[in-house]
Amino acid sequence: MKIHEYQAKELLRKFGVVTPRGIPCFSVEEAKKAYETLGGGVAVVKAQIHAGGRGKGGGVKVARNATQLAEFAAQIFGMQLITHQTGPEGQRVRRLLIEEGADIRKELYIGMVVDRGSQRVALMASSEGGMDIEEVAAHTPEKIHTVFVDPKAGLTDAQADDVASRIGVPAELLPQSRVMLQSLYRAFDETDASLAEINPLVLTGDGKVIALDAKMNFDSNALYRHPEITALRDLDEEDPNEIAASKFDLSYISLDGNIGCLVNGAGLAMATMDIVKLYGGSPANFLDVGGGATTEKVTEAFKLMLGNPHLQAILVNIFGGIMRCDVIATGVVEAARQVKLGVPLVVRLEGTNVELGKKILAESGLPIISASNMADAAEKVVAAARG
Amino acid sequence: MTQGITGKTGQFHTRMCKEYANGANCFVAGVTPGKGGQDFEGTPIFNSVAEAKAATGATVSVIYVPPPFAAAAIDEAVDADLDLVICITEGIPVRDMIRTRDRMQGKRTRLIGPNCPGLITPDEIKIGIMPGHIHKKGPIGVVSRSGTLTYEAVGQLRELGLGQSSCVGIGGDPVNGMKHIDVMKLFNDDPATEAVIMVGEIGGSDEEACAEWIRDNMKKPVIGFIAGVTAPPGKRMGHAGAIISGGKGTAQEKLAVMEACGIKVTRNPAEMGKLLKSVL
Repeated sequence: MKIHEYQAKELLRKFGVVTPRGIPCFSVEEAKKAYETLGGGVAVVKAQIHAGGRGKGGGVKVARNATQLAEFAAQIFGMQLITHQTGPEGQRVRRLLIEEGADIRKELYIGMVVDRGSQRVALMASSEGGMDIEEVAAHTPEKIHTVFVDPKAGLTDAQADDVASRIGVPAELLPQSRVMLQSLYRAFDETDASLAEINPLVLTGDGKVIALDAKMNFDSNALYRHPEITALRDLDEEDPNEIAASKFDLSYISLDGNIGCLVNGAGLAMATMDIVKLYGGSPANFLDVGGGATTEKVTEAFKLMLGNPHLQAILVNIFGGIMRCDVIATGVVEAARQVKLGVPLVVRLEGTNVELGKKILAESGLPIISASNMADAAEKVVAAARG
Repeated sequence: MTQGITGKTGQFHTRMCKEYANGANCFVAGVTPGKGGQDFEGTPIFNSVAEAKAATGATVSVIYVPPPFAAAAIDEAVDADLDLVICITEGIPVRDMIRTRDRMQGKRTRLIGPNCPGLITPDEIKIGIMPGHIHKKGPIGVVSRSGTLTYEAVGQLRELGLGQSSCVGIGGDPVNGMKHIDVMKLFNDDPATEAVIMVGEIGGSDEEACAEWIRDNMKKPVIGFIAGVTAPPGKRMGHAGAIISGGKGTAQEKLAVMEACGIKVTRNPAEMGKLLKSVL
């Protein structure tokens, strides 16, 4: 789960991370008031959307007075902000962060992720603040310093100071950067974060170490023990189809093709998308109905797929294990009756009770195209989508 | 032994495993704290893994404990010095697994999973949730991060008359126990295995690490498939570990490394069996 920059900063401050003073705003009027509350001077208007690359897309502007601030807030609030992470349609800006300006002397990068190889939290730090870490990794990997944190000891003083020195924090600021890094690690650990990034971390003219930006993502499997973080979820930033799917415990991801895929199991669901593509088609979605699909779940899955205006055909690919093919077949027949299928439906069933499942489909009287294996299914659904 | 034997899932799958091949002789204990002294369809239940081990001599456990308590269940099995722990549970917080894996350092217990279908040696034993009847005894090893995609590979082998030595589902979580490489080493040493199907998916770099080991050490043919060529970056594709992050962990990258290491790969998931047969 993702949260906004202002929410991440509020959360990190509780752990001791130093940030500029800022106020989240939900209208231009609120933004103007926030500027006054901050005491005027130089302030930054920052679009709050979940995607990165906001500055380049025109979603971050520095105002030197009240007039400028009102102007920028009006420009950014409500705009359709397009960044490399939003997709071509962009994301509507519904929240702003008004923040005091900082006298930036140096921009650095620090980030934390779970490193799968070492099975530990990895702290990555770089002297190249303000840049995409992926870009730094691709062009100047020697500028990224990585530290793996022992879960028993946490991030030690020695580790924190060593990595800070390597990215150019001067000796007199090491006590501050140590607090910053250790606070960030504690926040990461205690909130079950999956990503925490401060980019840039800045050294200011008056000798402070400040988190100028903040990004945090969380492990959705751990949200049950963090109601305060779950409350920060902003549904406006999420795909409505994916939200609807999550209510029925379906794993759904929208794609830009026209062939709907309904599959049991994540690996098989990906493989089904892949084979549709391989046979010249284009998948409209990833959809894993899981191991315990009921008629209700299958019906909801069909509704989701049929809500897509680009949909031209549906492929159901089930390898029944514990989930029996007759149960799935009954679900498909029920769902198809309830939702009025307007597109061709190709079904491939394999595994437990497959003969019974096929019989149920054949006797349903529905115009279901039956397929004998994955290749046959892909070929048939691609042909059906072409009409 | 089954940890979490009194839950619905634990009961159902313990019954299925006992009905498969030698299962009735192999599943000798269940563990549910507070329910010691009871039994499940004749299988005695104990309060702890240590008690179950001491009373029955069981050396392997399979875990169906709900996610908030599953990592602690693994810890308990490791502390009891079992040989092997298979954790089926999906949805364990990553932080819990980081701590559990750290505790396992220096211990001899092997972990398969979590978030996996388990392990089957056809006609001998099934420890997990896979459908036993699709399997058939034979010379092909299968290792995979995905459940149903493993069944798909097994189904294709069966169509071609090829049985399996063992099938190991290592699971779809980012922080887990045995990796492709660990299972591959065992297949290399297993006299019953003549060739291996390696099924991977987007996310992480375990397939690459395994491919490099295969290039330098493997004495038997291996073929591969990687799911997720069409997966968009930054999206978690069902499995917690199936995500392309920062441009890393793509299927294309994995396939390229595997090919460079001399592994025959297919981009068509319907042709895993056929490709395997061609290298025998």
